[in-house]
Amino acid sequence: MQVTKTEGVTRIYRVGQVETQALRGVSLSIESGEFTALVGPSGSGKTTLLQLIGCLDQPTSGRVFITGKDVSKLNRNQRADMRRGTIGFIFQFFALIPTLTAYENVEMPLILIGEKAAERRARVTQLLKSVGLTDRAQHRPDQLSGGEQQRVAVARALATNPALILADEPTANLDTPNGQQVMETMTRLNQETGVTFVFATHDPRVIKYARRIITLRDGRIVENADAEKANPGV
Amino acid sequence: MMQLYKMAWRNLGRNRRRSFLSALALGMGLALLLLMAAVVAGEMRDAMESSIRLQSGHLQVRAKSYDEGKTSLAWEDLIENPAAVAAQIATLPAVRVATPRLFANGIVAAGDESVGVRIIGIDPPSEANAPFREGLVNGEFLSADDRGGILMGQTLANKLSLKAGDTINLLVNTSNGDVDEQPFVIRGIYSTHTPGYDQSTVLMPLAKAQAITQAENHASTVFVLLRDREQTDAIVAALQTSSYQINTWVQMNELLVETEQLSNAYMWLLYLIVLAITATVIVNALIMAVFERTREIGILLAMGMRGSRIMAMFFAESSLLAVGGIAMGLVLGGLLVTYATKYGFYIGSYGMTGILIGERIYAYLTLSDTITLTITALVITLVAALYPAMLAARMEPVEALHGGKGA
Repeated sequence: MQVTKTEGVTRIYRVGQVETQALRGVSLSIESGEFTALVGPSGSGKTTLLQLIGCLDQPTSGRVFITGKDVSKLNRNQRADMRRGTIGFIFQFFALIPTLTAYENVEMPLILIGEKAAERRARVTQLLKSVGLTDRAQHRPDQLSGGEQQRVAVARALATNPALILADEPTANLDTPNGQQVMETMTRLNQETGVTFVFATHDPRVIKYARRIITLRDGRIVENADAEKANPGV
Repeated sequence: MMQLYKMAWRNLGRNRRRSFLSALALGMGLALLLLMAAVVAGEMRDAMESSIRLQSGHLQVRAKSYDEGKTSLAWEDLIENPAAVAAQIATLPAVRVATPRLFANGIVAAGDESVGVRIIGIDPPSEANAPFREGLVNGEFLSADDRGGILMGQTLANKLSLKAGDTINLLVNTSNGDVDEQPFVIRGIYSTHTPGYDQSTVLMPLAKAQAITQAENHASTVFVLLRDREQTDAIVAALQTSSYQINTWVQMNELLVETEQLSNAYMWLLYLIVLAITATVIVNALIMAVFERTREIGILLAMGMRGSRIMAMFFAESSLLAVGGIAMGLVLGGLLVTYATKYGFYIGSYGMTGILIGERIYAYLTLSDTITLTITALVITLVAALYPAMLAARMEPVEALHGGKGA
């Protein structure tokens, strides 16, 4: 099943009189269960593409589909509704709410979709267990290491059983062992739950986990292939 | 909802000092307004009670043609055989006391000084004269058959350096338009703690006042006190068939009632100004919070939180600040009002023409003022949160995730 698709997507940012074309006609399709990396140098358009697929932003032209629905022209609230429950995010910075415990951070998306308390409790407990943080449940982000925080973010992204999880440079702020642990957690959850992961990175140590690699340069896809073909020997 | 308030509470806890000071600003504003409302209400209440007690009573029954402004002593403007009229009115169950009084203008001359005064002829044994009897500070009270004595207000006595036992000359207008002059002995000096009254009022027995003014068996008014002033309208209806004019305490204190209405309007203006100023402190704190938490707002938006819920989050913070501030305001204001109710503020002989203001103002906080101010403080604080809440709710997720610096 197709989770997301883009058709000739462009995104132009205008700051004053200056126009920057971040994406120049990107078309791609991602199927359910994929573990796909968007790679490319800084400024190639990886983050912009993730933002469009994630309904955080709207394309200047072209169309974006999420689970078959055209989301290109949705208004703010419709995009928020689409994100809630359908898309999970993992950001480069450890994007947790600092006043909430690890447990409460994971619980937040479930509250937003109106899940009942008992079901929330069971789901959060299971997710924290799956990322190996059961004993850190009542800790606040400032009491967790960077790797632990990012694993809480992974658990939170998975909370609502979304169709798609988008990760923007998920290991960029982690040291190698923690980065590896986070990627292994994501890989395992992809295999166990079948949830689709698309992550942007330019770190070769992360790219090696991908089963498909989409390479962007100057806002265009320059390569789109299975990992073995795109990056033989990695 | 609980989650919203839990987050709001913790968010306020991030910068405890700022949150505390914001709430305190509201609390101090509210406390100040409670005190002011109580002082104004107390002043107005005391002024009305003083006026009723000393000047207007609850009702006054007068001759149809009597004009209070002219203090007429012409027989046709006075009540004939007033003791009988008063006795008849006193038979009504709601009437506590009814007593005839005669008003005249005169001049007190003592040594080289002379002062214009209002002379009131009273029936000394009447219960209506309790404020003077109980307010005696020097000498003794009048007896009904006293033909040469007067009571003088303490302020006037001090001004003329007089004491009980001293003799003064009194010039009095008479009913035929002449002026009569007689020496009188000051039997006693009274204080009603209302300098405006005490500096201009001289009391003498009604019989003597009738004699000196040549009013004979007439009086200006029958002064009536009721058991409960809420019964005023009922008594007016009962007396309506008589051939007299009936003046109620509301009519006779029109200036005071209007002054109270005017001061209430000004107080509202003051409430809004003070609360608006304190609300800006809360707006400032919330705007700072919005900018500090821009990235978190982006995260919440990314999770699919709608703008309306982001707004609700800031309203929850604002309402918690308001509740905290109001609680502090009620405690602080309560303490101030309690002090001002018990001890009052001394203002001396400050006053307004036509309004009897005591030398000390005691606060009187009404439940209605407390509720009105509390609700107004809450509403203004919530309204003040509108701008920061909208600022947060209108953020674009991408910009917010980058800390508001653009994608």
